[in-house]
Amino acid sequence: MTDTFKIGEHEFTSRFILGSGKYSLDLIQAAVEHAGAQIVTLALRRATLGSIDNILDYIPEGVTLLPNTSGARNAEEAVRIARLAREVGCGDFIKIECIHDSKYLLPDNYETIKATEILAKEGFVVMPYMYPDLNAARDLVNAGAAAIMPLGAPIGTNKGLLTKEFIQILVDEIDLPVIVDAGIGKPSQACEAMEMGCAAVMSNTAIATAGDIPAMAGAFKQAIEAGRTAYLSGMGRILEKASASSPLTGFLAD
Amino acid sequence: MSEIINAKYITRETSHMEYQEGMEIVPGNIIEQVLEARESYDETKYTSSDVIRALSKDTLSPQDFAALLSPAAQPYVEQMAKRAQQETRKHFGNSVMMFTPCYIANYCENYCIYCGFNCHNKIHRGMLNMEEIDKEMSAIAKSGLKEILILTGESRSMSPVDYIGEACKIARKYFTVIGVEIYPLNSDEYRYLHECGVDYVTVFQETYNPDKYETLHLGGHKRIFPYRLNAQERAIMGGMRGVGFAALLGLDDFRKDAFATGMHAYLIQKKYPHAEIAFSCPRLRPIINNDKINPKDVHETQLMQIVCAYRLFMPFASITISTREREGFRNGIINIAATKISAGVSTGIGEHIDDGESKGDPQFIIDDGRSVDEVRQAIIDQGLQPVFSDYIYAG
Repeated sequence: MTDTFKIGEHEFTSRFILGSGKYSLDLIQAAVEHAGAQIVTLALRRATLGSIDNILDYIPEGVTLLPNTSGARNAEEAVRIARLAREVGCGDFIKIECIHDSKYLLPDNYETIKATEILAKEGFVVMPYMYPDLNAARDLVNAGAAAIMPLGAPIGTNKGLLTKEFIQILVDEIDLPVIVDAGIGKPSQACEAMEMGCAAVMSNTAIATAGDIPAMAGAFKQAIEAGRTAYLSGMGRILEKASASSPLTGFLAD
Repeated sequence: MSEIINAKYITRETSHMEYQEGMEIVPGNIIEQVLEARESYDETKYTSSDVIRALSKDTLSPQDFAALLSPAAQPYVEQMAKRAQQETRKHFGNSVMMFTPCYIANYCENYCIYCGFNCHNKIHRGMLNMEEIDKEMSAIAKSGLKEILILTGESRSMSPVDYIGEACKIARKYFTVIGVEIYPLNSDEYRYLHECGVDYVTVFQETYNPDKYETLHLGGHKRIFPYRLNAQERAIMGGMRGVGFAALLGLDDFRKDAFATGMHAYLIQKKYPHAEIAFSCPRLRPIINNDKINPKDVHETQLMQIVCAYRLFMPFASITISTREREGFRNGIINIAATKISAGVSTGIGEHIDDGESKGDPQFIIDDGRSVDEVRQAIIDQGLQPVFSDYIYAG
């Protein structure tokens, strides 16, 4: 049976969501192919309709566009950008980014929940980028999110799964797909996220800043597949200490 | 909107440190902190070990920034550039934003002794009417650009706020990103311009040394030092998305001025975390025959040092490189630390309209006169990505 996952009503086999920012447009196609990605994000603010170098012209046909609301500082702006994305033909998927901090680019969960609620009601498939907080994640579920996208580390840092324990809590408690977004710097970290039971991994900077972008996209693909297979296989046990040879409970009679 | 005192009443007898009638005073003490930081900055006290320590850090403190601006860091410019390039890639990937300035008027009521627009300079003055602005912007838009910087000389009476506002409304038809570089305003005026489509405000402080500032700005609104210094804060209070900072390097001790510029931006970002921060790095060019002896001269090495120090101190900030610089320098620095470059630049009035006639003389002579296509190609040739639009106006 094919291993798939669903976002809203849409089913995907690839668990690698590829960012399209930060690298040259003519490399996007090769990166998508090597990544085997079915979903590609794009910042709507980069989509210069009717102008040269429009990013939309470089995204291969057949992939699902996931426009993001980057640049939005609050729910109101995110909603406005999402509607604009739909108007210009980017479809119904929307990744909400509400960022009120230009230094660390950390998401504002409160505003994100507000925007999710409005956009879900308007029929968007809402994928909110969030700080991994269980209460906020539950609110996002109730607000109608189609997936949860917690950050592994601040955007662009390539520092890996700094928030690992908290993402694990989301994986354990939230029934929607949990997709790690931001901070994943190496294929091994993407693999680790998949081993934890995350539904997918999103990466941009790690690939955009690689020496060979398509090759790195391919490396991530393999790592994500390996992590997923490991998760499905049931991870072998890891004991914190060696087992004592004389068990503590050896005296029990029946 | 508030009425600000007429520029003609501000002369060299007016105290440059006192707000004048109608000028809005912002709460807080950022100005005191910036001036204190500048005053206490002793560029001679840093050693190479301070520089090496700063270069090894992920997040730089103001003291690390100070070390990187000091003469002790000059031998480390190559290492600074390498670190700066990493940070730029991390935050911006290989994107380089492109824009062009559009001068719509060059009337000025200030007497700044170093500026070609100053009110006592006998130059050809002019301003575009709305029809001409439309034509000019339409001509610029044909190059494919999506970001425009609207500039005027500093004359509240000849190019009033509502004139600029109307120009910005026209710009919205053609561009997705609109910035202004005009005389400082009160926050309600900035709010009005924001409603007209403006998101970015750049104000050059020129020098952060109040004593030097007084001797250079002999009349007009610009003479009032604190009103200018607090312009970015008023712009953010008025709803602007981002603000730009700059000292005209070489007017005074450039290391102190660069330090003050960085600290100003740092304090504003701390107080308004959502504000986007930008730096410009204009310099007074060294004068031939004098460049060996004047310690205030800013050569390309020093300029590179400053730009890299800005990048390492505030890795997320946008840095614009001026057409005052030559092509080779501009090409080099976008690969290291600058993230925004102008192209197809004319600093005269209405010079994009193809009627062979300028409506007003330019503010300064540019060095890099390449067209939008030429700059775009130069960016691509370096393996970088030219970006025309990096923002959607979301109100």
